Amino acid sequence: MRYLPLSDDDRAQMLAVIGAKSVDDLYAGVPSGALLDKPVALPAHQGEQEVERLMKLLASCNIPAGKTAFFLGAGAYRHHIPASVDHLIQRSEFLTTYTPYQPEIAQGTLQALYEFQTQVALLLDMEVANASMYDGSTGMAEAALMAARVTKRTRVVLSGGVHPHYAETVRTTCEAAGLEIVALPAAVDDEMAVLRAMDANTAAVIVQSPNVFGAITDLKPIADGAHAGGALLVASFTEAMAFGLIEPPGAMGADIVVGEGQSIGNALNFGGPYVGLFATKEKYLRQSPGRLAGETVDADGKRGFVLTLSTREQHIRREKATSNICTNSGLCTLAWTIHMTLLGAEGLKRVATLNHENACDLADALAATPGVEVLTRRYFNEFAIRLPKRADIVLDALLEKGIIGGVPFARLNPTEGMENVLLVCATETNTPEDINAYAAALKEIVQ
Amino acid sequence: MTETVSGNRGLLQAEALIFETGSLARTGVDMPAPKGRANRLGGLGRKVAPALPGLSEPEAVRHYVRLSQKNYAIDLGFFPLGSCTMKHNPRLNEKMARLEGFADLHPLQPTQTVQGALLLMEELARWLLTLTGMEAVALSPKAGAHGELCGMLAIRAALQARGEGETRKRVLVPESAHGTNPATAAACGFIVDEIKATEDGHVDLEDLKTKLGPDVAGIMLTNPNTCGLFERDIRTIADLIHGAGGYFYCDGANYNAIVGRVRPGDLGVDAMHINLHKTFSTPHGGGGPGAGPTVLSPALAPYAPVPHMVRRGEELALVEHAEDAEGTPFGRMCAFHGQMGMYVRALTYMLSHGSDGLRQVAEDSVLNANYLLARLKGHFNAPFGGQPCMHEVLLDDSTLRPHGVETIDLAKALLDEGYHPMTTYFPLVVHGALLIEPTETESKAELDRFADVLIALAERAKTDSAHFKSAPHLAPMRRLDETRAARQPKLRWKPVEALKTAAE
Amino acid sequence: MTTKYTKDHEWVRIEGDVAVVGISTFAAEQLGDVVYVELPAIGKQVKQGGDMAVVESAKAASDVYAPVSGEIIAVNDALNGNPEKVNEGAEGDGWFCKIRIANAGEADALMDASAYADFAKA
Repeated sequence: MRYLPLSDDDRAQMLAVIGAKSVDDLYAGVPSGALLDKPVALPAHQGEQEVERLMKLLASCNIPAGKTAFFLGAGAYRHHIPASVDHLIQRSEFLTTYTPYQPEIAQGTLQALYEFQTQVALLLDMEVANASMYDGSTGMAEAALMAARVTKRTRVVLSGGVHPHYAETVRTTCEAAGLEIVALPAAVDDEMAVLRAMDANTAAVIVQSPNVFGAITDLKPIADGAHAGGALLVASFTEAMAFGLIEPPGAMGADIVVGEGQSIGNALNFGGPYVGLFATKEKYLRQSPGRLAGETVDADGKRGFVLTLSTREQHIRREKATSNICTNSGLCTLAWTIHMTLLGAEGLKRVATLNHENACDLADALAATPGVEVLTRRYFNEFAIRLPKRADIVLDALLEKGIIGGVPFARLNPTEGMENVLLVCATETNTPEDINAYAAALKEIVQ
Repeated sequence: MTETVSGNRGLLQAEALIFETGSLARTGVDMPAPKGRANRLGGLGRKVAPALPGLSEPEAVRHYVRLSQKNYAIDLGFFPLGSCTMKHNPRLNEKMARLEGFADLHPLQPTQTVQGALLLMEELARWLLTLTGMEAVALSPKAGAHGELCGMLAIRAALQARGEGETRKRVLVPESAHGTNPATAAACGFIVDEIKATEDGHVDLEDLKTKLGPDVAGIMLTNPNTCGLFERDIRTIADLIHGAGGYFYCDGANYNAIVGRVRPGDLGVDAMHINLHKTFSTPHGGGGPGAGPTVLSPALAPYAPVPHMVRRGEELALVEHAEDAEGTPFGRMCAFHGQMGMYVRALTYMLSHGSDGLRQVAEDSVLNANYLLARLKGHFNAPFGGQPCMHEVLLDDSTLRPHGVETIDLAKALLDEGYHPMTTYFPLVVHGALLIEPTETESKAELDRFADVLIALAERAKTDSAHFKSAPHLAPMRRLDETRAARQPKLRWKPVEALKTAAE
Repeated sequence: MTTKYTKDHEWVRIEGDVAVVGISTFAAEQLGDVVYVELPAIGKQVKQGGDMAVVESAKAASDVYAPVSGEIIAVNDALNGNPEKVNEGAEGDGWFCKIRIANAGEADALMDASAYADFAKA
């Protein structure tokens, strides 16, 4: 019991001080029969070595991305993370501390959050950003709810380019809160369709760029159209690194920007924990969800940081809070901000460019096989292809050759006519050899 | 205090913002040069580079190490924050979570390449279900409040299936509840109706009875409750709510007190979230990430959200769409499978402690709290102190206030003594509450030191309120002006002209 | 032109068919430093005892209820950006809004200054 400092002697002495005969006396409030008198039927405690052996056995039943030629995106991205990021987030003072409710002894976390909020705002070209949401998908649901509060309307339109899992998350979360969610049918490159689906009760249109098919969109006309109809534009993304190269949503008129930040600083981790980025305009701040770090001074006039505007939050506002969120993605924001600090504008642009070039190379290489069509015209690091065969069958055949070649769109959204569509991604981690191997294998499989 | 030329104070380094020290031209990451091929951005390339400063690796490492030194942490000292379960975070958990076979898995890889991950999730689910005596578990909720949402959405779905979705809209919540409970109920379209507490800190059964009716959807109840007590009438409460046609949501924030000793499934609970970052030792990380798997009773199990796993012979498969599920899932909580990184840590912890060890965890956490209660009750007012507590001790500032010292002042004085304060002003039902949760990973010697300090501070308060009012004196910062922060919110650094121009 | 008070610590001053409304000095002291006041929209109809505004300190938020029914015809814009006016003069420059009274006489049942002083002390 290496994690338990009390000895049996300690326990006896403490019971004596308390005036109890046994620990069971302390559980006197438990209804009779409900206090278990023996351990539940699970294995007994084990040493580090034994546990490590078991966990490694489980890990060995997986094929990690790095052991294959790997081309998956669609909401999670494999990038190189500098070694210092993971080292720094494992500092005891970051890893094993709580939400910074006592600012005098939490300036490390608070300053890092303040820097994070600033970096997110700069990356997305927005006025303010919060201290994170759980992930992009839950953040999108929060954005929809926020738009409804701001506009006092109850209908939200999602483009057919929104990641289907995000759309489902929004539907689940927001319908319960009384919103009407209109999710348009899947469309590779038609974010403008949201404007046609607007009505006088539409609180927001939600578009994604780059969307789930990788397509990037000029958001300006959508913002103008939404605003003309009294709605907000919520712009989303799943690949934050894109904004090293493409026009950020804030520069095109978005009112709320929400998306997944995993690709900066955070490993794939089979889907979580990730970090939702959330930014908006200052005028909407009081309707926004989540924690905010802000600047102030201490009693000596020295600059310091605190959590602020917390009257929006559940621990104060209870059923009238803007969200029920409490714990967010603290350590993932730290990883994000450290990686971003190491990159800087210069590094970000370079890694984004490498991603884009690899994706272009991959698209060219795959399109060289007759019958393979690249569906996405403008993209960052991922795109959709139409295959002459069912995408899931091709994917299995590629796997036999050590290639994980993409995500069949039908896995995300079983849509008629999309069975042959594969979502493909290349990042800076893919080598020319990977790309050539993929192209060669695909040619062999589909011909 | 002595002023220094540098602004540093010995080991404590003054540290500017990266925006004041970094450079737009500097980067700490070396990468190959791009080839320079024509882009396919369709004219949507970024027009103005973001003014994101970069640091070289040594500068970045120093920046964050210096920041880290301004934080308090469990690894540094006692962190008795009530309701938060700040226990030791084993480093084996961290090591396991970083195994390539877990960390380098994409959530949408073909399922035949992630059988180990699914096995791990199946095993985690088995432990959670065995420990809680419940029917099913939704793993995907990303934190406690998200788990609450999951449970309440399951209740909503069950009511809709009964044709009572529109008629049962009222959710009963004790006034001592965490703020997340009423916030969650409201987020699901329910109306929150507060129920009173008795003088000794329990749910007032008489008040509860008057609030029952055909419009009641359920109750959200924390057990052990936020006053640090086991709800002794919990079975009666469950029977009453079930009898009225509602469901019982249990907030599992305080599960650490009973893990391995009491199964919520034996108490009539229909849904309960489990904070893996509390009971199962995954690190709090300065405010997350957490994980909030939610266990469900047979009545709610059919509504568990997607995705979830099913076993098909030797293979584990994922059900990712409601129409493929055996039951009738209420929907989806998040993009992927939840907090895998936290599952690995939690299962590592479970295997380390085992069934016997987890039971000991609960007992020691309760013993530690009662020991502190025994040592402190003669020196502070313990509003419900006539009975044993669970894993947290509730005191208040009523013996300090006559001397001009309030809860916040005591908390700030504790900073000077090298402790993280207890939870303050919560639960709201006790004026000036001080909620102390020692957890099982503190030694008797540490508890004694802490009790000695608190007792000495209680004595000092009688004659020297000034010491408390101006505290902290020795922390990295003096008391911060929260009013100023809220009146003129400055939520980001604003670029100075020079930096802006350089970016263009 | 007497000032009346509610049990929820709002004050109201009747000026013809218009009621000037704010929170009491006692309430402002209890709340501490006010950091934000959420004022109603002009034109909004409020009911006596119904939600009208929200007043916040750094660590608390309190609902402010309409002391009389009617239509909001003016709000104290000076509170935006200068919420400290509520602390400096809760029953003067720190007023919240003006209501065109719908039901004359509704205010009659409210407490006068001395009754309120007793109420606040209790």
